[in-house]
Amino acid sequence: MLTEEFDPLEGKQLRILDERGEVIAPELEPALGPEVLTNAYRTMVLARVADEKAVVLQRQGRLGAYPPNRGQEAASLGPAMAMGPDDWLVWSFRELSALLWRGLPLEKYLLAWMGHEEGNRYEGGLRITPPAIPVGSQYAYAAGLAYASRYRHEQAVTFAYTGDGGTSEGDFHESVNAAGVFRLPMVMVIQNNQWAISVPRSRQTASPTLAQKACAYGIPGIQVDGNDLLAMYAAAAEARERAMRGDGPTLIEAYTYRLGDHTTSDDARKYRLEAELKEWEPRDPLIRLRAYLISKGFLDEPRDLKVWEEARRLTEEAVTAAEAVPAPTLEEVFAYTYADMPPSLAEQLDRLRRELGGQR
Amino acid sequence: MTTMNMVQALNAALAEEMERDDRVIVLGEDVGRDGGVFRVTEGLFDRFGPERVVDTPLAESLIVGMATGMAMAGLRPVAEIQFMGFSYLAMSMLISHTARMRNRTRGTLTAPMVMRMPYGAGVKALEHHSESTEALYVQIPGLKVVVPATPREAKGLLLASIRDPDPVIFLEPTRSYRLFKEEVEDGADALPLGRARTVKEGDDLTVVGWGAMMPLIQEAVDAAEGEGTSCEVIDLRTLSPMDSATVVSSVRRTGRAVVVQEAPMTCGVAAELVARINEQALLSLEAPVERVTAPDITVPLPRGEKWYYITPDRIYNAIRRTASF
Repeated sequence: MLTEEFDPLEGKQLRILDERGEVIAPELEPALGPEVLTNAYRTMVLARVADEKAVVLQRQGRLGAYPPNRGQEAASLGPAMAMGPDDWLVWSFRELSALLWRGLPLEKYLLAWMGHEEGNRYEGGLRITPPAIPVGSQYAYAAGLAYASRYRHEQAVTFAYTGDGGTSEGDFHESVNAAGVFRLPMVMVIQNNQWAISVPRSRQTASPTLAQKACAYGIPGIQVDGNDLLAMYAAAAEARERAMRGDGPTLIEAYTYRLGDHTTSDDARKYRLEAELKEWEPRDPLIRLRAYLISKGFLDEPRDLKVWEEARRLTEEAVTAAEAVPAPTLEEVFAYTYADMPPSLAEQLDRLRRELGGQR
Repeated sequence: MTTMNMVQALNAALAEEMERDDRVIVLGEDVGRDGGVFRVTEGLFDRFGPERVVDTPLAESLIVGMATGMAMAGLRPVAEIQFMGFSYLAMSMLISHTARMRNRTRGTLTAPMVMRMPYGAGVKALEHHSESTEALYVQIPGLKVVVPATPREAKGLLLASIRDPDPVIFLEPTRSYRLFKEEVEDGADALPLGRARTVKEGDDLTVVGWGAMMPLIQEAVDAAEGEGTSCEVIDLRTLSPMDSATVVSSVRRTGRAVVVQEAPMTCGVAAELVARINEQALLSLEAPVERVTAPDITVPLPRGEKWYYITPDRIYNAIRRTASF
């Protein structure tokens, strides 16, 4: 068991690929075929390209404040690759690659950050919750989703993401604790990107790792190199199996790095040393996966170029589609407060309609 | 028909609905073997088992958050918060997720859950056990806020709240839990949410209240009517969405109104009701609408509670002043 072999209390971290994409733990290399691996690479590239595009759109005033994902594509994608068809994905706000892997149309994602609730209308029964901006709070409803899945005897595990800052919130502790008490089918992923806006990881907790928080709640925890897609997948796959066996939740700390700013409203140069960034840039999860795929013979230069071209095309198409969605009408901003609009609210709508005249 | 107090009526509603619908799950602190500190969930653990009657860790935000997740997955959870004074820990969850899940996902995910809790003073309880902070919840779009006044009402309104497609804050007046009994129908129907109840008709003046204030209002009204003032009594029942139409149409007829609220005065539900009466019935008014409320102070501990808690005399005096204005 990886969680025993890589005990966070002994300061161990699960790694399968090194920074050059070479397999350093061949016995742990997951048997993912070429198709899955190249799809994973495509997803990470699309996430990277779309993410960079979103930042540009924000600068152009075409998208609102936006939290970049750059550098965290493997930490977010690896667990998603371990998910089963009926599993719930409970994300925070920096999990684009996981969303894409689970089938969320990119245009929906962009539309939400453009400031439109229609972007969170996930159709086709996608088991994905909306973004959770109050950090850590999503773990509580994730526990409820997991409880419901088990109650209904579904073959479903709830995957819940948060960040290192989220681990300081009461909701994180209440929920991880409850997940342990009820042995809920959950995989809890902490994307430890080392910074909660300007506050470093060392200011969130005196614990040497975040993974070891699991020990106090009586559940397994593991720290994983979050920029190593194979390691993230392997840890999550084992955790999912454990949950499906009825052996309860697992806490996975993805040790990664936020290469971008917290959001487009932030300037990380104010509080973060350039040297630290330079140290992390070569550990970029994309570089690593590409090198691994090339060494496996699953990718070469011409095919790689095509992947990036395709990502740019898909991103442009998604931007066009998202920008074509009209702003909500006055009626639409009222319509979803309750299942049926109460008379007192209908009166307010009528009054506002009269006051604002024919404005669209 | 069975004669029961409010605790028994609530218990019957839960038991009947759990029997009828296996999506209904009860969760909270001490709701299992103990049957809840007020015994509202008594017997449910033995009858429906630990998967459906869930003792949770002592964590209010978790309880409401878990209930929210269960509801998002299609269950109908009923979360018990032990006392309203402990409910603020879950406020962030309610505001940030429960109340807005429908709106933010355009209805693809919803949170049809009930958050039950005892509220109110007048029972000589410990600190934090006497709060009446319903206005905090009324301010949150997407939530419904329901307060029953009698055992029969409690049963019908709780059934309706569990079946409602939106999240409901269900406030149970602690003081009325065992205050009196009344006939309650077995297998009773749900009562409508969002509709006030005219307790009795009258011509000279309208008195509006809810929850634990209703028996006090009744006492005051009995005294006023003995002196020839005919009062119409309205139990608001649902504070959000507020059925101001029933109140306004009554006041248009009587021309006078008194609104009674257990909570402190400023920005309370009574203030909203008075504003709506002024907006919609001003030209029918023969007197300023009077509010009878608690002062804007912290609920005193039991030895000082007599200065705080609404008395039938205060309501009676307000009726007299308003009727003779």
